[in-house]
Amino acid sequence: MHNIKSHLPRKIPQKFVAVCLIFAGLQLGGCANLGVQPWERDLLAREDMALNSDGVDIGLDEHIYFSKEATSGGRSFAGGGCGCN
Amino acid sequence: MQLSKSKKITALLATATCSLLNANVQAQEVKGENDWKFETAILYYGETDRVSLVEGVVSATKDFGDQHILNTKLVIDTLTGASATGAVPQANIQTFTRPSGNGQYTVAPGKLPLDDTFRDTRLQLSANWTQPIYQDTRMTVGSNISREYDYLSVGANVSAERDFYNKNTTALFGLSYQFDSIDPVGGVPIALSNMLVDSGQFGVGDAGEAGFNAAFDLTRESDSDDKTTIDALFGVTQVVNRRMLVQLNYSYSNSSGYLNDPYKLLSTVNSNGETQSIVHENRPDNRAKHSVYAQTKYAFDNAVADISYRFATDDWDITSHTIDSKFRFNISDTDYIQPHLRYYQQSEAEFYRPYLNAADSLPVYASADYRLGEMTAITVGLKYGHKMNNGHEWAVRAEYYQQDPKNAGFENIGVLSSQDLYPSVKAFILQFSYKF
Repeated sequence: MHNIKSHLPRKIPQKFVAVCLIFAGLQLGGCANLGVQPWERDLLAREDMALNSDGVDIGLDEHIYFSKEATSGGRSFAGGGCGCN
Repeated sequence: MQLSKSKKITALLATATCSLLNANVQAQEVKGENDWKFETAILYYGETDRVSLVEGVVSATKDFGDQHILNTKLVIDTLTGASATGAVPQANIQTFTRPSGNGQYTVAPGKLPLDDTFRDTRLQLSANWTQPIYQDTRMTVGSNISREYDYLSVGANVSAERDFYNKNTTALFGLSYQFDSIDPVGGVPIALSNMLVDSGQFGVGDAGEAGFNAAFDLTRESDSDDKTTIDALFGVTQVVNRRMLVQLNYSYSNSSGYLNDPYKLLSTVNSNGETQSIVHENRPDNRAKHSVYAQTKYAFDNAVADISYRFATDDWDITSHTIDSKFRFNISDTDYIQPHLRYYQQSEAEFYRPYLNAADSLPVYASADYRLGEMTAITVGLKYGHKMNNGHEWAVRAEYYQQDPKNAGFENIGVLSSQDLYPSVKAFILQFSYKF
């Protein structure tokens, strides 16, 4: 049996991490110019604008996708668990 | 005249009473904000001809003031049905030994082998406490425990977040540790050992049964095994303008220990694709994952767009891309509808094989679990929510989820060319939620 698909080199974690850190650093540096004044938060303060506004749904979905797919986490901790189904 | 005056006084008194009562109600509502807030949900997940799951959640949050917040969560789920074993379909009837070693099941010609003995109930409890620890800095500590028939998972996490630039930027750093112990039905199989099938070679009666049991035990290495997972998370949330915010996370996860699925198998086939034997899978005992997650939310006057993308890669050579989008339309002050679309794509693990070739020597690692193979998946859903006069809110959500496993370039040799080795998995999800 042969895997006839040509494999591209995929082992890039170190470079990948470096790029991410640089990107995150640049973002932090540029943050001072972005944003709003405290009195401009009317829309951002809306309940439906919270990053975790569908928290229970997200938890349920992450349990399903954790059990059915190879990747988990990203939004928060990937954690452990079985997923033996 | 006298009567009319008295009527006026009555009306004034009634108005005053109503105002007082109303003030009282308002006071109660203000007081209510310091009480527990509950979010509950019940979800049904059903795959066509395979697994079905019912899951209930109760999440309770109490704000003690000054950003001291306690959240506790209870999750109970029960799962039944059939799961793909990893063995390939054949033109003849196939016989498999149940994972427990007690009894057998058969698979019809042309059918994907499914183990229909899955039955499990899981109970999960978690608690998180958040409080300020320094100026503009908050800390969260949490723990969780999850128990099912053959599994125990316990964990703890700690994270700190700090606001910068007028609270327009928030940086987060978190660590989590998880310990899992698995106690598989029938014991932990020896990696890549042959599945033992009683075809009468042990004789009949008690002696035959004893002979089979003794031979079965030789395919098991222990009763239980465990793994540990350490996660680190770095995140930045940024307010872009009055309507938009973005979040960017990098996370690293390292699991070590027993990472096999003890119930998964592989077929060993001859050059004509005919099964010669069935073996238990074997995965590496370490896995390091990296992922980048970006999310943005945008507020329209009567709607919210929520779009996220995740890129993940690991040292098993699995790379995945996930795009998730939700658009919430507030159709009135009390009602909203929210369409949901999610697309997922993953490449196969380097040790993924749909089957093994009998003529080759056994590889060190091999798994035919389709969840480690190349696949795409799509979710399409719709949610409707309504806020009632008493402030409670209910919502109903219906979704369709389909997984399409792909051939990652493997030959379908001999008789396997006429079998469907990569069938789609289709599932319906229905959820009812209630917040109060």
